[in-house]
Amino acid sequence: MSVLTPWERVAIARNPQRPGTEDYIAGLFADFFQQRGDRLQGDDPAIVGGIALYHGLPVTVIGHRKGHSLEERVACRFGMPNPEGYRKAQRLMLQAEKFRRPVITFIDTPGAYPGMEAEARGQGEAIASCLKIMSGLTVPAVAVVIGEGGSGGALALGVANTVLMLENAVYSVLSPEGFAAILWKDAARAEEASGVMKLTAQDLVSLGVADAVLPEPEGGAHNDPAAVLQTVDKALYQALSTLLRQSGTALRNQRYQKFRAMGSWPAKGANQ
Amino acid sequence: MTNLFAKRREELLALKALRDRQSHPSLGVSQAAPCPACGQPADQRELAKALYVCPNCGYHHPVGAYYRLRTILDPSSFRELDEDIGGLDPLHFPGYGEKAQAAEGKTGLKDAAVTCTGRIHGIRVAVGVLDSRFLMGSMGTAVGEKITRLIEHANKDKLPLILFSASGGARMQEGIVSLMQMAKTSAAMEQFSRNGGLSISVLTHPTTGGVTASFASLGDITLAEPGALIGFAGPRVIEQTIGQSLPEGFQRSEFQQEHGFVDAVVPRGALRDTLVQLLQLHRRGGKLA
Repeated sequence: MSVLTPWERVAIARNPQRPGTEDYIAGLFADFFQQRGDRLQGDDPAIVGGIALYHGLPVTVIGHRKGHSLEERVACRFGMPNPEGYRKAQRLMLQAEKFRRPVITFIDTPGAYPGMEAEARGQGEAIASCLKIMSGLTVPAVAVVIGEGGSGGALALGVANTVLMLENAVYSVLSPEGFAAILWKDAARAEEASGVMKLTAQDLVSLGVADAVLPEPEGGAHNDPAAVLQTVDKALYQALSTLLRQSGTALRNQRYQKFRAMGSWPAKGANQ
Repeated sequence: MTNLFAKRREELLALKALRDRQSHPSLGVSQAAPCPACGQPADQRELAKALYVCPNCGYHHPVGAYYRLRTILDPSSFRELDEDIGGLDPLHFPGYGEKAQAAEGKTGLKDAAVTCTGRIHGIRVAVGVLDSRFLMGSMGTAVGEKITRLIEHANKDKLPLILFSASGGARMQEGIVSLMQMAKTSAAMEQFSRNGGLSISVLTHPTTGGVTASFASLGDITLAEPGALIGFAGPRVIEQTIGQSLPEGFQRSEFQQEHGFVDAVVPRGALRDTLVQLLQLHRRGGKLA
């Protein structure tokens, strides 16, 4: 693996040519049937999802979508979902639970869209309900952070049994720009922020938030998408095979304990 | 003996509640201070009697966690949980330790959440309160851990759960580990709810960001104090995104009620009675009279 600064990785993670959710769906799954709409308000193109076969096994696949062309990117608000997107994700997860399909998610968003309509339609509630539903699943859930994992809008698809991260993907409490704006009142210090935020894949494995780093070709995933597809396929196959051997209750408990341990204090009376 | 302990506990809570008032910028001043909303000077004794709601315009002053508990719980029923838990520093963020220490010195709190068990009208409850005086009530590891332990405690002892939120969102200084507290608390809420637990979420000014997008939005019943700012994105971020200013009242409690995200906007003076009503309505095993 090459040695890049966190800020260089942020740039690679944001590269418009980097493979996105739709590329992974096309490359890794067969018979994809796209499901649209939240049955309440509308359909949000910034989250794409549906049913597909993964090595012959029916699965539910959901991911953030940024789009590649300018037109697509504008339609997807550059990958920032509205509440409808999160409510579609909830609907698909509940169906996955009903039909006992594993859930596979691809995370790639700067964050949930901070717009007026998004607020009026309950962006916070939509994300919270995603977290609740995903944490309660009794089917396997695997999340792959493929680009930007920004804030609660990313985590909404991230409460998984196994969390994989591409080498140049980043995952953080807020974008480096937002972080610098809040703590230093200066968004221009984003590069400096990226240096202290511990947002790289390697950092997140050390912090126990991600389980594995998936290597990318020199310069980033966009330089050899076929190689990256192969890497992700191998890791996903391995993760799913392991999880499929566990009972539904064991899967839910394992997921609970995994997130329960993050930033937890030793129990009273413990030595450390 | 039991009475003696109960009396001691009550004195302790009263002392802490007093400290809450004294450390708040717009409260505890001996002379008449102008209301930040309407500018009218209010007599401090009058204001205290009105639970720090402006008698002139109804503005709800932010109040500290212990004071809040004192207005809600039966006398002598307060038992604090996990008092010793403070925040971790997973990023070793420069200056964070000093900042947290200063907040502790100012408020007497180890971090932004106080959790406890107690009684309301004789009914045992588990209560958590976020305190906006401690680094904007932001959720880092301490808040996440304390709220999660409280929910697990309520789950184990089958207690109704009441959560008062007041938060600027995730604690930036603890980075991604703060973000993960959203998943942790939401998973605990999921488990509690699946086991039949009753949760009441009370949104107070301001409730935003990662707290809105996790446990605060997952109650069976959602109440809000009048005029509280409630949302995911803060007003400034939205204004920057859309390039215009927001209309009056946007994201306030009344707006959230109108848009279907709050069951009832309840003034502070009526909050305890509303909680009693809700707790009684959730009694089980009733019979037709």
